[in-house]
Amino acid sequence: MLEIKDLTVSVEDKIILNNFSLKINQGEVHAIMGPNGSGKSTLSNVLCGKDNYKIKKGEIIFKEKNIFELSIDERAKLGLFLAFQYPVELPGVSITPFLKTAINSKLKSLGKKEIDSLEFAKKVREASEYLGISKEMLKRSVNEGFSGGEKKRYEVLQMTLLNPDLTILDETDSGLDIDALKTVSKGVNRLKRKDNSIVVITHYQRLLDYIIPDFVHILVAGKIVRSGDKNLALELEKKGYENII
Amino acid sequence: MPNLNTLNNIKKISSEKYKDGFVTDLESERPKKGLSEEIIKFISNKKNEPEWMLNWRLKAYEVWKNMKEPDWSELNYDKIDYQDIYYFSAPKGFESKPKSLDEIDPKLIETYNKLGIPLKEQKILAGVAVDAVFDSVSVATTYREKLSKLGIIFCPISEAIIKHPDLIKKYLGTVIPTTDHYFAALNSAVFTDGSFVYVPEGVKCPMELSTYFRINAEETGQFERTLIIADKGSYVSYLEGCTAPKRDSNQLHAANVELIAMEDAEIKYSTVQNWYPGDENGKGGIYNFVTKRGICKGNNSKISWTQVETGSAITWKYPSCILKGDNSIGEFYSVAITNNFQQADTGTKMIHLGKNTKSKIISKGISSGKSQNTYRGLVRFSKNSSNSRNYTQCDSLLIGNKCGAHTIPYIESNNNSSVAEHEASTSKISEDQLYYCQQRGLTNEEAVSIIVNGFCKQVLQNLPMEFAVEAQQLVGISLEGSVG
Repeated sequence: MLEIKDLTVSVEDKIILNNFSLKINQGEVHAIMGPNGSGKSTLSNVLCGKDNYKIKKGEIIFKEKNIFELSIDERAKLGLFLAFQYPVELPGVSITPFLKTAINSKLKSLGKKEIDSLEFAKKVREASEYLGISKEMLKRSVNEGFSGGEKKRYEVLQMTLLNPDLTILDETDSGLDIDALKTVSKGVNRLKRKDNSIVVITHYQRLLDYIIPDFVHILVAGKIVRSGDKNLALELEKKGYENII
Repeated sequence: MPNLNTLNNIKKISSEKYKDGFVTDLESERPKKGLSEEIIKFISNKKNEPEWMLNWRLKAYEVWKNMKEPDWSELNYDKIDYQDIYYFSAPKGFESKPKSLDEIDPKLIETYNKLGIPLKEQKILAGVAVDAVFDSVSVATTYREKLSKLGIIFCPISEAIIKHPDLIKKYLGTVIPTTDHYFAALNSAVFTDGSFVYVPEGVKCPMELSTYFRINAEETGQFERTLIIADKGSYVSYLEGCTAPKRDSNQLHAANVELIAMEDAEIKYSTVQNWYPGDENGKGGIYNFVTKRGICKGNNSKISWTQVETGSAITWKYPSCILKGDNSIGEFYSVAITNNFQQADTGTKMIHLGKNTKSKIISKGISSGKSQNTYRGLVRFSKNSSNSRNYTQCDSLLIGNKCGAHTIPYIESNNNSSVAEHEASTSKISEDQLYYCQQRGLTNEEAVSIIVNGFCKQVLQNLPMEFAVEAQQLVGISLEGSVG
């Protein structure tokens, strides 16, 4: 699904990712844990194609394609989805038409015809009910005035409808109380299949109780310093970053 | 930190997107250039006008000759040479207006089809009557019979002058006097065509009325004159659309639009202005100097202006309401988008004369490229307009860092029971907003378009439904290639 080879990335001459390598196969869930400033957000932004980052060397192969030359939206259409840590407000842009535009952009790039309005409405209704998103919320503008929980639910709603091959959950647990965390995790788990993959980026082990990873990687100073199974996260929780490296 | 790659990407998107910029190859008939008594007589004669109309024009011309072009706006443009303009142009063979669509040159029908304005009634958007004005003449008016059964008059103003002289004499120039200002006087002297609407007492007009203005001939000015009268208790919704071919030279459009709402009447006037804005280097484009003014003459009357201004090199336009009747209401909803080197100086005047009058102003200015976008508005409460209210909201959105947004509100209150509220904001499309949209699979241009449409929603939702979708697309198209 995704292979990152020897990736070195800098921002304003400061190296953020240093010879970073990672391989993710179909059907796997990987957790990337690391302290502040370890390069977690840079990793997700570089994968998604955000500029401001200087790629010094390395390769990113997604679905057998080197994606360096692809723009942000081309990567998205290829099946990459980022659930943002801080989803931005789009005043006046209503949730459902936004979602429909996104779906249709993808369909158009695949040479398919636009989604049928009734089918779309049905899918939105079903997914919103599952995620505890009220009808009132669906009438609002994208992320405008949303609580932390609402924002993350809306991210997962979009993930559900866009049905990506690879999802990156960037600190999805931040700003969530335990109930919202459970709903959001349930929403993500429902989408897990044999042919898609998930990367969970997080500070804390807490989220991994609900979205159980196959692999856990510890990222320090732009490099994976240890990898293991889900028990590594528990060990990390006990010992802290300083003592585990 | 400006995100260069994104900026470049957006820059790459072609700015050659003015899709209505084609020229129709038609032989046109024009007198020589320049403005003189002779030309005014020529126009009046072409229109078979009665003598009183010619005299009215000549009087306006005398006034105009002694006036000076206003220079108080923020606009910069080369001085207009009024002797270097054609004041009349008609497709050849328009000596008398064709009686039916079958008599119209197929090229003309084709032109309107290309613009998405089919003139054959069976193909027309259901529920929209169209008057199509090509250069200086009206070429077709649809659905007239259906409307006339209700007593509604919807025809070219040149025809109204001949067929309904009493109404014209009674109302023309009563809202915008010929002496009002330079462009009003100029228009009064040389106006060529436009629409006339009269809705009789108690009639609610069952369909949208619309006029489509097209400038085709080169170096030709278009002087549109529109007069709408809504009699007691009536209602009418009117929409105008405008396009012009791409040309290197600037062309002048100076319109006068007058609205009169009697007691309990309501007029809703919407504009989608998409005149050719000039190219990405600021060459060419329409100079749009327009006077639009409505009077809420009777008590409880209402006039609502909605405008989407995306075109023109220069826009100078202040659709206004004189709230004379007690409890009357004036509204102004505006989206003004400027790109490349476009300049817009637009806003409104709300003149409160009657008691308990209300006005509402929602203005959304979007500037990109190297354009300048100014909101200029006046709210005046007269001595007698007690207990009146105004609410004004002016929002500016900047795209890129070479454009300008300016807000110049004037508020004058001459009584102490009226209240004016003014809110203003300025914002930018952030890189994070673009990133978010693009990560969901939207291209740069789709992202800009959806964000700007969100910003304008309050205004766009006031457009008649048939045109709202078109306007949304237009917002996107106008901003293509906008960041840089």
